[in-house]
Amino acid sequence: MKALSISNLKKEYAGGLQALKGIDLEVSQGDFFALLGPNGAGKSTTIGVISSLVTKTSGQVKILDIDIDENHSLAKKKLGVVGQEVNFNQFEKVGDIIRNQAGYHGLSFKEARENAKYYMQKLDIWDKRNEQARKLSGGMKRRVMVAKALVNNPELLILDEPTAGVDIELRRSLWDFLTEINNEGTTIILTTHYLEEAERLCRNIAIIDSGEIVENTSMQELLTRLEEETFVFDLKNPLQTLPDNLEYQAVLENPQKLKVTIGKGQGLNTIFEVLSNSGIQISSMRNDTGRLEELFMGLVDSNLNGGER
Amino acid sequence: MTPLEQYRALLTILYKEIHRFMRIWTQTLIPPAIMIMLYFVIFGTLIGKRIGQMGGFDYMQFMIPGLIMMSVISNSYSNVVSSFFGQKFARSIEELLITPLPHYLILLGWVLGGVARGLLVGAIVTIVSLWFYDLSVNNWTLSIFVVISTSILFSLGGFLNALFAESFDDISIIPTFIMQPLIYLGGVFYSIQLLPSFWQTVSLANPILYMINAFRYSILGASDLEALGFSINYAIFMIIGFIVLFASICLWFLHKGRGIRT
Repeated sequence: MKALSISNLKKEYAGGLQALKGIDLEVSQGDFFALLGPNGAGKSTTIGVISSLVTKTSGQVKILDIDIDENHSLAKKKLGVVGQEVNFNQFEKVGDIIRNQAGYHGLSFKEARENAKYYMQKLDIWDKRNEQARKLSGGMKRRVMVAKALVNNPELLILDEPTAGVDIELRRSLWDFLTEINNEGTTIILTTHYLEEAERLCRNIAIIDSGEIVENTSMQELLTRLEEETFVFDLKNPLQTLPDNLEYQAVLENPQKLKVTIGKGQGLNTIFEVLSNSGIQISSMRNDTGRLEELFMGLVDSNLNGGER
Repeated sequence: MTPLEQYRALLTILYKEIHRFMRIWTQTLIPPAIMIMLYFVIFGTLIGKRIGQMGGFDYMQFMIPGLIMMSVISNSYSNVVSSFFGQKFARSIEELLITPLPHYLILLGWVLGGVARGLLVGAIVTIVSLWFYDLSVNNWTLSIFVVISTSILFSLGGFLNALFAESFDDISIIPTFIMQPLIYLGGVFYSIQLLPSFWQTVSLANPILYMINAFRYSILGASDLEALGFSINYAIFMIIGFIVLFASICLWFLHKGRGIRT
């Protein structure tokens, strides 16, 4: 079963702006899916249509095989949405906001109270439950929005830039939390401008640009298209100059950090061998962030230049 | 949603609405009480004694049903228009739109919130009026029916205004330029029998006149309506008709997403 199925979805705003030009998209149940695109590409419009905040011009949207036009109520029961901007009454108390959201879904008072407590504890906002929401920091408000979206235990959770403007600590704790609920079976669709976030969390990806899907594939498949890849090596001992026999494009960022770019087809074994022969000891190694960014820019640029992909 | 889930969701909206106006009680409940007290002191005690009888009653006795209705009408309306537009403005209306809630339940929740505030303010004004005049009720059933149905009608009006409003200025235009004149010219302070024949006929086009007079009849047992040849049933029919019309319009615009969806 597909968690989300969109076919030929079009949205034309008054004034003639075509925000969506007939997109098709499928997200499997249990997936962690990234929907990426530049500003104004149509991401938020797509989410708006799914969540009934935007009226579609034509097309079909199904949530867990339930058509949102035919059985609006049942489809919505399966859905949780974290919007891009704070969309709760900031004069209300945090606990009330989350419990009321459960009430709108028809949960009993007991269920609403229990679910709200569970997610507030999970998201570390339990001790803020009696505070007025407007007194919370931006990061805390984000957590409230996530708790609110989850309080009805949705099978499909859509997050529209959930970590925009939040600090690294919160971003990482949110990543861990989302990974946990995804592992428990919740399908997650994420839009974000932080491409390393998508790369780290998501298994599948679609890129939307100018109202069209320009790429829809697995994250792994997309990353294999990279012509070259940069790795960051943390060195055990400080290094002042690069060894002469290093036949790679390498940059010594600082005495203990070496960045090496490896072309497609080149193995990693040789680089280890070369570094080892030069007496350089490596304490750790990781991908440089920005791999997805390169692909993303390439795809969006080629779409702008006439659709060559 | 099952009927039980709908009931729970409705209670949630109603709880939230009542909680909202109770939280700001100094802005929602106290001003009407002070305003009515001033009306009683100025128009009832000071000027009223010089006026003498109005429509066959002491002036203060004549004025009380009109003042109660005026409070119910304006508070029902303002509760819904400010609350719903506030939610639109803060985008917290999205909280409801993304849930399985059917449109009629959203409308019903807000209308019941408006009725709750209208009735509470009506009760406060009634209590205040009892300090100034020993009032007795001629027909309890009719008075409760008229006050609730009028409150429903103006809550619907407030909802419609909120759907169309795009700024805070827009939510004060109708109360200031349409409702307030209609209320004041609807016989709150005077009997329309005092007017020349032409203006009596013009006044009959004011729907609020029928509501105020139906309520006055339920309290005092007499009103301008019978004197002008209209039965109370006509007023009731008119209120119910407007409720059905306004509710249908609200549901139609909700369905179309007017003011709440792009």
